[in-house]
Amino acid sequence: MTWSEMQPLLSQGTLDTLYMVLWSTLVTVAGGLPLGVLLVLTDKGGLLQNTPVNKVVGVIVNIGRSLPFIILLIALIPFTTLVVGTFIGPTAMIVPLAVGAIPFFARLVETAIREVDHGLVEAVQSMGGSVPTIVRKVLLPQALPSLVAAVTTTVIVLVGYSAMAGAVGGEGLGSKAVTYGFQRFETQFMLVTVVILIALVTIVQLLGDGVVRLLARRGRAAG
Amino acid sequence: MITTTGLTKVYQSRGGREVTALDGVDLHVREGEVFGVIGQSGAGKSSLIRCVNLLERPTSGAVTVAGEDLTALAGRGRRASRELREARSRIGMVFQHFNLLSSRTVKDNVELPLEILGVPGAQRSRKALELLDLVGLADKAKSYPGQLSGGQKQRVGIARALAGDPKVLLSDEATSALDPETTRSILQLLRDLNRQLGLTVLLITHEMDVVKTICDSAALMRKGKIIESGTVSELLATPGSELAHELFPVSGDASGADRTVIDVTFHGEAATQPVISQLSRTYNIDISILGAAMDTIGGRQIGRMRIELPGRYEENVVPVGFLREQGLQVDVIGTAVASVPAQNGPAPVEEVAK
Repeated sequence: MTWSEMQPLLSQGTLDTLYMVLWSTLVTVAGGLPLGVLLVLTDKGGLLQNTPVNKVVGVIVNIGRSLPFIILLIALIPFTTLVVGTFIGPTAMIVPLAVGAIPFFARLVETAIREVDHGLVEAVQSMGGSVPTIVRKVLLPQALPSLVAAVTTTVIVLVGYSAMAGAVGGEGLGSKAVTYGFQRFETQFMLVTVVILIALVTIVQLLGDGVVRLLARRGRAAG
Repeated sequence: MITTTGLTKVYQSRGGREVTALDGVDLHVREGEVFGVIGQSGAGKSSLIRCVNLLERPTSGAVTVAGEDLTALAGRGRRASRELREARSRIGMVFQHFNLLSSRTVKDNVELPLEILGVPGAQRSRKALELLDLVGLADKAKSYPGQLSGGQKQRVGIARALAGDPKVLLSDEATSALDPETTRSILQLLRDLNRQLGLTVLLITHEMDVVKTICDSAALMRKGKIIESGTVSELLATPGSELAHELFPVSGDASGADRTVIDVTFHGEAATQPVISQLSRTYNIDISILGAAMDTIGGRQIGRMRIELPGRYEENVVPVGFLREQGLQVDVIGTAVASVPAQNGPAPVEEVAK
């Protein structure tokens, strides 16, 4: 396989991967963030303590987290078809990717928000702040560096998941690697795919770390 | 301004055991005064101040602030009702660990309560700068809390607490994390605000110095109960008052069995009179001073002195009477050894005449 043969396959694969990861990240954040906040608020001693809700959400999240992604991918085929109309292709893959990553991200959000000093919550309560105000003005802004780090980790997990999705009807670098690298034994192609994936993960990590550092600088040494 | 009646708070600990943090606390803070609640850690001070703005729900009892029964506003659920939140916005609170948002600038921290009140942006900004000026931090508006010293952080905390134009300020160990010099400057600031704005201040502390420096009234708390309370001069006039003794610790034992030890408390006019030398000259007796403490409280000189007179109490009835005539408060400690008159030592033999 020559470079000119590989090049269009690789660029299409990379674009598809980016497409899947980007959209599934957006859906994951949109779904996982409220879920993580809900887990903290409804927990024992939380602002909206509600043990039944907390237990139910916790169990759902745990089930989501304990299923291997490849199983989830197959199990979700009917659901994906229902939502997107098909279970093949990059758009269809966004559904299982997000469903797989939401529980993971929700737990990271939960941890990040738990780290916020309770004294700050108390301070805003003493000013007459409501629960939504506390979430919006205290919990989320104070946890922002940890939340950005959580998004970074999630994006990297999604890059990995998206490669797996390639094996079950998705597109992207994973699917290209399976087709050319695995089924046709194109070692060179496989190697390039690996390099691209490493580069992708590295860039995401560096970007994420950079943002975290920028955010943390403001609050450094703060009591 | 702040009244609690029969305030009780019982915590359910893990093993189902009940811990009583507040045990029927009756507190009355008058408008415009600085009221200090002092006690050791675990005495229930923290629960008390948190019950005043209902950050903690009292198990029973009532809290009234500025004529408003907060316990009635609280509603049933854990969530604060709208009425309670509005009432809270009229009560400022400062904290031991400042509790500033590290993600916001100093100015934005001060604006936070105004955002909650729904004050428009330009007005918020103006008010925040005004308040920062009031606490002497106008030049730090753009800084982040992480760049400030402890004392500066507490000033920001105070500015923030004042943003809603409260009539009442609650101070939860506001100076306990600060060094002595910074503590003094923060207390001075609180005192100034109390005078300038007519702010009623309820503070809790474990430092007697705080009470001594700024409080008009004080209460001593132990095991969830108020042991004694009153204005500082009332306390000083109360024989055997633990707080008075803590505020003006005097010690010293009788040097022999044939001696009378008395504590003399001066306040107001009498503090400036040369009573001891008059006593010595008039009755021709030798007086030893065993211990003394003097301070200015609320602008008035107040002091305590423990002196020893030769002879038994029966022989000293006349000199003691002389001291009382001068308007001094005299507690006779007795001829026995007594270093702590209030807590464990023998009770004063005779009551006070003012």
